[in-house]
Amino acid sequence: MRQRRTPFGLLAAPMAWLVVAYLGALVAIFATAFFTTDPFTNKVVTTFTTENFSGLFTSTYLRIIGRTLLIAALVTILCMVIAVPFAYFMARVAPRRLRGVLVAAVLVPLWASYLVKAYAWRAMLQPEGVLDSVFGGTPGYGTVAVVLTLTYLWLPYMILPVYSGFERLPEAHLEASADLGGSTATTFRRIVLPSLTPAIVAGSVFTFSLSLGDYIAVQIVGGKLQVLGTAVRQNIVLDLPFAAALGTASVVIMVVYLTLAGRTGALDNL
Amino acid sequence: MSSSATTDSRPGTPAASGAAAIRLRGLRKEFPGRPPVVAVAGADLTIGSGEFFSMLGPSGSGKTTVLRMIAGFEQPTSGTVELAGEDVTGRPPYARDVNTVFQDYALFPHMSVQENVEYGLMVKKVGRAERRRRAAEALEQVRLGDKGDRRPTQLSGGQRQRVALARALVNRPSVLLLDEPLGALDLKLREQMQVELKEIQREVGITFLFVTHDQDEALTLSDRIAVFNEGRIEQVGSAREIYEQPANVFVAGFVGTSNLLRGEEAERATGRRGTYGIRPEKLTVVRPGTRRSGSEISAAGTVAEVVYAGPVTRFVVDLDGGGRLIALEENGHSATHDELRRGDPVELLWHSEHLIEVPEENSTTDDPSTAQRSSS
Repeated sequence: MRQRRTPFGLLAAPMAWLVVAYLGALVAIFATAFFTTDPFTNKVVTTFTTENFSGLFTSTYLRIIGRTLLIAALVTILCMVIAVPFAYFMARVAPRRLRGVLVAAVLVPLWASYLVKAYAWRAMLQPEGVLDSVFGGTPGYGTVAVVLTLTYLWLPYMILPVYSGFERLPEAHLEASADLGGSTATTFRRIVLPSLTPAIVAGSVFTFSLSLGDYIAVQIVGGKLQVLGTAVRQNIVLDLPFAAALGTASVVIMVVYLTLAGRTGALDNL
Repeated sequence: MSSSATTDSRPGTPAASGAAAIRLRGLRKEFPGRPPVVAVAGADLTIGSGEFFSMLGPSGSGKTTVLRMIAGFEQPTSGTVELAGEDVTGRPPYARDVNTVFQDYALFPHMSVQENVEYGLMVKKVGRAERRRRAAEALEQVRLGDKGDRRPTQLSGGQRQRVALARALVNRPSVLLLDEPLGALDLKLREQMQVELKEIQREVGITFLFVTHDQDEALTLSDRIAVFNEGRIEQVGSAREIYEQPANVFVAGFVGTSNLLRGEEAERATGRRGTYGIRPEKLTVVRPGTRRSGSEISAAGTVAEVVYAGPVTRFVVDLDGGGRLIALEENGHSATHDELRRGDPVELLWHSEHLIEVPEENSTTDDPSTAQRSSS
């Protein structure tokens, strides 16, 4: 009988793509962060320096990093707060037909252009805009506007995993909790939340990382707000090595975040 | 088995002494649809304190829905549920003194076995030490004293089922509801758990309300049984009553083997018109012309099938006068039985008192909806 060979060849193309495009790009960023620029031509000079990283630890950039983390955290928390009851309603309360409509309603905005949605928010947030005329006020362009817009943009990435988490949660577990004397609040805290944690953490990885790297929505609705993404954008032309150091910072933050998320066991089933 | 259970044939009367643990009045449940699906069409039932009571019926007969309305998971469309004389119809599950053993156990996967068992005590704010002690006790009772640290997923089906039992019993409810708790176990384990269930029930002395579609299980375990069909209670009685005096054709067929003779078939075999049933083990199969005592009635027929089943052999006999009866004979008693083959002429013998007249129509409840059904 002919011996079967494991078809490693099949993996060649995807592996090459992964190594060259993903890891290669990361390595390039990381390496560039240790270079410097010629002050007259702004060309990259390949002499080793750690100045770019020490530049991150100045008060200006620490403030920018802190602000970015705060925005990402707020967006993630807001998404959780909105997604959990919404997903609960979709999975447990809504009749079958309405459920389909709601899933579509969550998915459809993902097909619309990111820019269109960001500019829509810009229009809504402007003075005399929809928010102003309906609620009698607008936060204007700035941190609040960025948080609102990003929450809107990334909400589906939180709703979908939480929704499927609710779908996987057997009704009998909720009934068992009630049967054993657990009130609705107790059941939510002791049974529902622990079962949903992996789904929520998985969703938060999306909302957090997408918020951390965003610079377009910030430019559109953030006014003069500076975040990591806009800082990278500004430095890319004039000081590429420093932009790379800023990029490395966001990669490091995400690695830390994923490590913490992994501790909860949320990523075991991805 | 309690003696009052066998003598008391009034439906809905508890066998055990003491107050009624559960009383259902006109309990009805419709699920939305066009037209609405009637899951339970008016159930009246009284279950005594300390009784082992079974609700038996095919799937979709409404027995589980009744159980879920008692637990509080479903709200009845009309009618009331009383527990220990108190109307609890509108109350949520957590405000009822009952606990449930679920069909698929519904153990919490993110908690250890010990934490699962402690859950009910924890949400009732029982102190930690007391909680530990009682949970350990309950686990000991179901012989899982050493498995407290395990996760439910690390246990076998039988062990999970015992954890579910311990988790419910540790709260010392006045009523334990069991929803086909043995359904997922294989036959050997099921028989073993039946014995354990019965022992535990005797030990703790609380009312067990047991839902099953398995007639053997119901007959073996119960003080009394309610037979369900299409959302109605067809008969309530002890195992013996249900088996020996089925109230109607459905009960006769669902509990035990349906061995019915109808109309002219019955007239030729018994001399009387109507619908009659006879249990297979009450029939004797002999070769034609065998001498016998005078008190027996006989009918001639032909063997249509012989099924050897270890301790017994099942003979399917086509009667000459029409109709088909199944006779069960213990093996090893008669050489004749070993020799009988398909197509052999035989005579079936029985004592006239074993012939049960089975009403064609439901006559056990005075539920007004019953009348509608018999006319349809």
